[in-house]
Amino acid sequence: MGALNIANVRKAYGPVEILKGIDIEIDAGEFLILVGPSGCGKSTLLSMIAGLDVPTSGSIHIGERDVTYLPPKDRDIAMVFQSYALYPNMNVAQNIAFGLEMRKVPKAERDAAVQRVAKMLQIERLLDRKPGQLSGGQRQRVAMGRALARDPKLFLFDEPLSNLDAKLRVEMRAEIKLLHQRTKVTTVYVTHDQVEAMTLGDRIAVMKEGVVQQFATPDDIYARPATKFVAEFIGSPAMNMLTVQRHGSAVSVRGIDLPVTDEQQVALARATCAEVIYGLRPEALSFADSGLPGSLKMIEPTGPETYATVETGVGDLTVRVPGYLRSHVGDAVHLQWKPSDSHLFDATTEMRLA
Amino acid sequence: MSSMNSSPLSPGRLTVHRVLLWGALLVFAAWFLSPLYVMLVTSLKDMNQVRDGSLLSLPTAPTFDSWSKAWSSACTGIECGGLKPYFMNSVMMVVPAVLCSTAIGSINGYVLSKWRFRGSEFMFALLLFGVFMPMQVVLLPMSQILGTLGLASSIWGLILVHVIAGIPSTTLFFRNYYVGLPDELVRAAQLDGASFWQIFWRIVLPLSTPIMVVTLIWQFTNIWNDFLYGVVFSGADSKPITVGLNNLANTSSTVKEYNVDMAAALIAAAPTLFVYVIAGKYFVRGLTAGAVKG
Repeated sequence: MGALNIANVRKAYGPVEILKGIDIEIDAGEFLILVGPSGCGKSTLLSMIAGLDVPTSGSIHIGERDVTYLPPKDRDIAMVFQSYALYPNMNVAQNIAFGLEMRKVPKAERDAAVQRVAKMLQIERLLDRKPGQLSGGQRQRVAMGRALARDPKLFLFDEPLSNLDAKLRVEMRAEIKLLHQRTKVTTVYVTHDQVEAMTLGDRIAVMKEGVVQQFATPDDIYARPATKFVAEFIGSPAMNMLTVQRHGSAVSVRGIDLPVTDEQQVALARATCAEVIYGLRPEALSFADSGLPGSLKMIEPTGPETYATVETGVGDLTVRVPGYLRSHVGDAVHLQWKPSDSHLFDATTEMRLA
Repeated sequence: MSSMNSSPLSPGRLTVHRVLLWGALLVFAAWFLSPLYVMLVTSLKDMNQVRDGSLLSLPTAPTFDSWSKAWSSACTGIECGGLKPYFMNSVMMVVPAVLCSTAIGSINGYVLSKWRFRGSEFMFALLLFGVFMPMQVVLLPMSQILGTLGLASSIWGLILVHVIAGIPSTTLFFRNYYVGLPDELVRAAQLDGASFWQIFWRIVLPLSTPIMVVTLIWQFTNIWNDFLYGVVFSGADSKPITVGLNNLANTSSTVKEYNVDMAAALIAAAPTLFVYVIAGKYFVRGLTAGAVKG
């Protein structure tokens, strides 16, 4: 059994089902991301792992232990909250030591733990300050320090970076990653940011409306999204989605045939739906001398790469090209892509075909 | 760009505006302070000057005789021991009553805001009912209960009545203040292994100073100034200062000693005045703090 095992967890508030049977298992030392739009149930699930809420049915194991109904303090976990939740009446050192004090750890050991954690997070100079005197990034660090001091079996993060400005967010993201590489504590991290999910996670559970849409490694999620929702949610700019007609093992839209691989042809022949969603990531498309004709509708340079919107016979497509694009709006262009870069989803069930 | 003349901040307008403002404020202050002034100067006059009838004149020969008489030898009915025993009764009543009602209010508020349970909102609504209930309604049932408990006509009975009567408002104060404290603080403390009481003592209570001061002042003023419960539920030797003052002012021999009455009234009002002066700034700060924090 893994370090964390969530089995068929359901949660309902009256007739409203928040979680509809969640199954997730991760190994010791893994970094699990729960990602999804607001209201998908990811924070509720985290609360249950923390013991701040109990599931309506199902079980949660940490290591070999069934913790489904254990109070938070008996679970050997630590959590970093979105608002950091530092105790405003205590200084940084007291904040970090509070959990140890509550567990009756002797003073000398507590002090040693505070020093160890402060050194690791480079907050030694801040130990005497009150949380009110700290900046956002410093508070974030203290909150992590408080969680680290106890050497927990499981580390929980609840959208810890969403209160920081963009630059600091990237810095702290890198720090969390380094920290995890160093400590190797099993971690569950909730976020709605797909970049955080992709950069930090060993495994990602993409959630929507109380259901895990896909639970896989970042590579898998990106290369083989299991549903249309996952395909759209992960990746920026979002994947181009074309609703196309299926004719046996071929697909077309407005009379234009779209290329598919042999494998996809087999899947299409087996499918039952009349319509299929044909997905193409913006970076799968490239400009060429021949291919799908169209005209440039909009150009968005970001510096290292440029996003171009192209009006074509099959609809508007976003193209991502490296560097600067030496073209103008209105220019006639041709788009090419490899059939193997396309993703096919059943238009009715929105499940991946191939 | 508006012209200098029409700007409300231009120097000319500012002066007139300021003079009017200060003038109005001074008039109001004089108006509201005049009773206090009359009480103070009358209490320092001797009876000859009081009989002259010029209410606003300063005492020609200031004397504290009427203060000492009011304190220790004025007659309140057939006894002539001044206000001193009543004052002591009030102190013995007010200290435990204020501390108990505030303590219970803060625990109630903590539970109703941070440990909600099925029906806790309904409990809170019922408690709110208690805030608006007129005191007279409980007089008869309460006297029966005190009789049953064997606390009738005693200081302890009065304390109990004031604690119970104070709980709705103290709970309301603390509950509304604690709603503004982030729930995540309590959750973080739970994960840190702190118990219900440890969270209360170590985290919630240290953050409660402003509302604590407000509640203490509020309860002190209400209980010290209460007359109704004091006159209904007290016995011969447990009457509070308000009842004592009433008896003193209503006991007249041949002549009405206004100077003694005034001194007695000032003695009765002194503790609440004192509390407002030392803690008044917290009071204003505390009453508005919750509103700003949301």
